[in-house]
Amino acid sequence: MKSLVGLWEKNKMDDKEKKQDSLYVKLIPYFEKYGILLLLVIMILVMHILQPDVFLSWRNVTNVFKQISWQSMLALGVFMVIVTAGIDLSVGSIMMLSLMILAIVAKAGAPWFIVVLVPLFAGFLCGLVNGLGITLLRMPHPFIMTLGTLYIFRGTGNLISGGTPISGFTDEVRYLGHGRIDLTWLGLEKSQYLPVSLVLIAVVYFVFWVFLNHSRTGKWIYAIGGNPSAARASGINVNKILIIVYSLCGFLSGIGALILAGRTDSGYPNAGLQSELDAIAACIIGGASFFGGRGTVLGVFAGVMIMGILRNGLNLMDVSSFWQQVLIGSIIVLAVYVDVLRRDFGTRK
Amino acid sequence: MTSTNKLLLEAKGITKYFGTITALENVNLKVHEGECLGVVGDNGAGKSTLMKVLSGLYKPSAGALFFEGKEHVLDSPKDSQNLGLEMVYQDLALAGNLPIGENIFLGREPTKNIGFLKFLDFKKIQEMTSAHLEKLKINVKSADQKVEELSGGQRQAVAIARSTAFNAKVVIMDEPTAALAIKEVGKVLDLINKLKSTGVGVIVISHRMDDIFTVCDRVMALFQGTNFAESQLDKTSRDEVIGWIMGKK
Repeated sequence: MKSLVGLWEKNKMDDKEKKQDSLYVKLIPYFEKYGILLLLVIMILVMHILQPDVFLSWRNVTNVFKQISWQSMLALGVFMVIVTAGIDLSVGSIMMLSLMILAIVAKAGAPWFIVVLVPLFAGFLCGLVNGLGITLLRMPHPFIMTLGTLYIFRGTGNLISGGTPISGFTDEVRYLGHGRIDLTWLGLEKSQYLPVSLVLIAVVYFVFWVFLNHSRTGKWIYAIGGNPSAARASGINVNKILIIVYSLCGFLSGIGALILAGRTDSGYPNAGLQSELDAIAACIIGGASFFGGRGTVLGVFAGVMIMGILRNGLNLMDVSSFWQQVLIGSIIVLAVYVDVLRRDFGTRK
Repeated sequence: MTSTNKLLLEAKGITKYFGTITALENVNLKVHEGECLGVVGDNGAGKSTLMKVLSGLYKPSAGALFFEGKEHVLDSPKDSQNLGLEMVYQDLALAGNLPIGENIFLGREPTKNIGFLKFLDFKKIQEMTSAHLEKLKINVKSADQKVEELSGGQRQAVAIARSTAFNAKVVIMDEPTAALAIKEVGKVLDLINKLKSTGVGVIVISHRMDDIFTVCDRVMALFQGTNFAESQLDKTSRDEVIGWIMGKK
């Protein structure tokens, strides 16, 4: 019914169409696409002015990337889920369970390439469980399934590890999270290295950008978020696509576990606690719509960066972490309000 | 004209139960090449259910579907699409967040291979969309425009364009002019006439007598899930058809 009223009003607006084609309206699509990057640049400039010696130093910049490395994987996974108008609350737990399995396998003395593959596989399976639960068990909303697995996966991780940290991995296992690419051949100093995790972020984000924008499956993910009944009527197997999306989300959480293992050299019970909320926040700040079908990979990256820079900058300025919470929360509300305004201006109602 | 043209689609004895509710009982339907069949009936008469059975979205509890004389069992909308049977849904079944072209080819996007990977061929989508919209004389600013930016009539036109992009033989339209401004209704009806002239069989479900009497060649009425009445359009009148809808002969 709402759509009928909407259509009727749209027709009313036909006559006003010409008036709407002002410069302001023409700018909206660009603003929608790149507005978040603008915010990111402004934040970097502000932080640079406030901390001119430290913030843009090689050490601090690489530090920011190392800090956001595993969160960026979770955020990317959750983003795909949000595009389908779903939600995945279990990514933090998937990462913790994958990390624990990695630690146990490593302690059992498995060769490094097995240890590296195990968390990816475990994460994928956890995501598959989510996807199958949502589609086959016909859960009324993904929120419920993934809320359940949030507890199940973390509980399982604690069960298999006894709830105690397991530390000490080989260098090969730690490479993605801890590795450094030496740049002395470019004439740079020894301390000016490139973190492997930064390269990994770039590669993974690029691959998923191509996947979401240039493959049929990616297009269908957006279509499902835009109008699931349209997708179904077009002969798209919606359940299959959803299972793929949740599995990939789990797989990315598994990559997150591998990075975290490298960074901390330890599997610990509190790994990724509440990180699902950070991941969701990054997506929302980056312009993904909770109603599905909207948002870009670049936006999510900007969202992750904004949260990372905010935390880093506030730490540099010795601002209490309580203020960080208040600020991040405010940015979420602000970002969504901007999205609401964009909807008002950008689309016909 | 209809009797001489080739029979495209025939439904025989379609029955559909939802639990204990009988939505359709022993319903028959025929549509020929270049013919427009109007299906009328009150709310709950079973019109939409019948169309969903024809499009493969619902499986009938009993009865059979024949397409060009051959019996087919439809497991999904994909099956009916493969036969050349397309549906234009009442809720338009378009994804507003996607551009026109991607909506028209949704689920059947042309791809190009780069190595062993398949990528969407955006250039081809755009070319095919422009050519197809041109053929149907549908005016939009560009094929890249998002559907949510279109008016109701333009959306309906895109939905119809979508249904005919792959050489459809039968197009089923559920209330094609509902929710349209009056000036847009005419354009959509023109489009239906254009489809008929290319030999497509059209089934129009509508409440609007104006629609039925503008584009249809034959009209059938459903009442409480059964065939109630049927006639060539020139042998009946608006008042009679309205009577059928209310269950009076």
